[in-house]
Amino acid sequence: MNKFIPFAIFCAISLALFVGLSLNPGNIPSELINDPVPEFSLPVVGGEEESFSSADIAAEDEVVIINFFASWCAPCYVEHPFLMKLKNRGYKIYGVSYKDKARDTNRFIKEQGNPYYKLGADEDGRVAINFGFYGAPETYVIQNGIIRYKHVGPIHEMEFEDKVMPIIESVGQ
Amino acid sequence: MIVEAGHYALILACLLSLVQGTFPLYGALTGRGRLMRLSAPTAYGQFFFASIAFGALMYAFIVSDFSVVNVAKNSHTLKPMLYKVSATWGNHEGSILFWALILALYGAAVAFFGRKLPKTLYVKVLSIQALVGLGFYLFLLLTSNPFERIYPFPMEGNGLNPLLQDPGLAFHPPLLYMGYVGLSVTFSFAVGALIEGRVDAAWARWVRPWTLLAWCFLTAGITLGSWWAYYELGWGGWWFWDPVENASFMPWLVATALLHSAIVVEKRDTLKAWTILLAIIAFSFSLLGTFIVRSGVLTSVHAFATDPERGVFILAFLFVVIGGSLFLFAIRADKLQPGGLFAPISRESMLVINNLLLSVAALVVMFGTLYPLLRDALTGDKITVGAPFFNLAFGFLMIPLLLVMGLGPMASWKRADLSGIVSRLGFVFAASLVAALAFFYIAGGGEMMAAVWLGLGLWLMAATFYEWAERVKLFKANSLKRIIRQPRASVGMSLGHFGLAVAVLGMAGSSYWGSEQQNIMTYGDQTTIGGYTVTFEDTRGITGPNYTAVRGIFDVSKNGEAVTTLEPEARLYMTPPMPTTEAAIYSTIMGDLFVVIGEANNKAYDQWAVRLYYKPLQTWLWGGVAIMVLGGLISLSDRRFRMGTAKKRMN
Repeated sequence: MNKFIPFAIFCAISLALFVGLSLNPGNIPSELINDPVPEFSLPVVGGEEESFSSADIAAEDEVVIINFFASWCAPCYVEHPFLMKLKNRGYKIYGVSYKDKARDTNRFIKEQGNPYYKLGADEDGRVAINFGFYGAPETYVIQNGIIRYKHVGPIHEMEFEDKVMPIIESVGQ
Repeated sequence: MIVEAGHYALILACLLSLVQGTFPLYGALTGRGRLMRLSAPTAYGQFFFASIAFGALMYAFIVSDFSVVNVAKNSHTLKPMLYKVSATWGNHEGSILFWALILALYGAAVAFFGRKLPKTLYVKVLSIQALVGLGFYLFLLLTSNPFERIYPFPMEGNGLNPLLQDPGLAFHPPLLYMGYVGLSVTFSFAVGALIEGRVDAAWARWVRPWTLLAWCFLTAGITLGSWWAYYELGWGGWWFWDPVENASFMPWLVATALLHSAIVVEKRDTLKAWTILLAIIAFSFSLLGTFIVRSGVLTSVHAFATDPERGVFILAFLFVVIGGSLFLFAIRADKLQPGGLFAPISRESMLVINNLLLSVAALVVMFGTLYPLLRDALTGDKITVGAPFFNLAFGFLMIPLLLVMGLGPMASWKRADLSGIVSRLGFVFAASLVAALAFFYIAGGGEMMAAVWLGLGLWLMAATFYEWAERVKLFKANSLKRIIRQPRASVGMSLGHFGLAVAVLGMAGSSYWGSEQQNIMTYGDQTTIGGYTVTFEDTRGITGPNYTAVRGIFDVSKNGEAVTTLEPEARLYMTPPMPTTEAAIYSTIMGDLFVVIGEANNKAYDQWAVRLYYKPLQTWLWGGVAIMVLGGLISLSDRRFRMGTAKKRMN
């Protein structure tokens, strides 16, 4: 028996564990990447006549962001200041409030600020299901009506720089 | 102040472990007696300061000192005292400190009980033990300091996960850790022997009691966790093959193999390199288990990448300890020449089969546990390996194992007579086969595998009893005297095997013949399960110390006679807010009746979701494991007498 076999197996395992450490469990692959945005039409929060629909997204010729959130979701509070920052930098963010009451969403927006260009209410969560929703908050990057990137969990600066910026820049060229 | 004293004591323990790990080892390698004499006092000192550190943290939890981050995050003033104490080891930092404490405890115990060991081996073992400890102290001080303060401090703590607020789980980690860390002694002995370049029967006799002790704790700890999952999670299952469970099961499988291979080293002076390798691997699995559970590399939904420091530290530590020892094994193992020869049919060859099957089983569990991670690392696919894989692959390995377990103790050392064994046990085998089929028929059929497991359980039970009866010459003159005078190690072996047989029957019964119902019930509704009639009488609202609950009242009767009243609860804890279920279980030797009350219908308040399970022979599983642990302890009591007299008695 070669006495080095256990050592070699262990080296292979630790290499895998090392790679595993740098994996982000939040990277949840989506089947919808590079697919068009699923069709939807949502009432805008506040219940006006207006609606927020997939047609709005399809009409965009720049890169836009769709952000799913809820007032009952703690990580959404963590994420929110960054969304405000993005808005101030000039990004166009659409919001979908997920399984939330209009009153609570409005309070959330009032307290935390409104980064959204348009804000739809997905009260029964059906639109979220069509998006392949995993859990709030969730952020989608859309280019010409095509989903280019999906992020589960609160999005942060680093993630945005690494993953979203290249997509936006590729459009600029 | 006390908290700072604890922090200071932790630093002192760390420094002492550095001294204990280096100077005496250098002394042993260069033959300097004065340096070698440092071993024992530093081991005691290290344990002393580690206890002070742990005591200080426990004190902070008891008095709810929320200026300590760890306490603020994991405790609450309204929590019952037991859970304030158990919260000390119920969190990341505290549990690692607890690890270090137990490591130091084992080190001190080896220093004390091992005084008669050959001096150079003694020093080396203690040094290795200290170096492992050093890694843990550094991990605590550099990345996971349990004594960190915050200012301004919160007025109230975050509380402890309510699922963990349970007596079963308060004692599950300490037992498990006693087991995990106990394997560190075996590891230190193995590495010490590799450095010495010598493994003999005396070495095996020194190692056996420590392995046995760790095995007993590990067995009890795993089972307590399983028992907790059974009654607290309320899913009616007792083993789910999740990574955390597997993490504790892998060292158990290897420790069990080690327990048996060490006997071969002791009796036949062979299988040395293999035994050393098992000793290293058993502890490696303990460390790996801690790594998996603590780093969240497999289970956590929180992005671990946000705190990679800890993971990288543990991984580097694992690499040094496991990689280093396996490398040492690779370059030194050739020195360990086997002494005895091997006949294909003999006690030792049976033990080799045991070892192979247990090791392959451990590999299968490891593969299933790590495969999702490997797959993710290589291809980015997210998959899970579920119970069907484990049940199939693991079960497949256990069938030959249980068959051989019945034969093994009958075989004599060196050369056994297989046809003699078969002719003596053939009747036992046939009888257990017939009994299994008869039970299978009475129980109304079911899956074929149920009969297989039933038969294996009965076979092992009968064969173990037969071997014992033959050994004590039951029903012959003076058999009582012989029963009493049996060496405790053999009594332990018989009990251990018998206990496993009982547990196998329990597993078969509860897995294959269990029944389950999910009902919507209103007051007065009746249902029948497992021969019992269960009537839903009423619900009551109750208030506990830190939760509110709905308690369901279920009258249970059998054949028209009232048996008992079951009162399951659906609790809502306040800090953190979280619903839990408290199942109500009526246990008899024949089976468990298990009732869980769920949510009420929002619109009609007298309709409740009620789950009922009937688990035949469930208590046999717990009882069987208890018998196994008892066997281990009895065997241990035998070894303890022999500890100092290793050289005098050679069987």
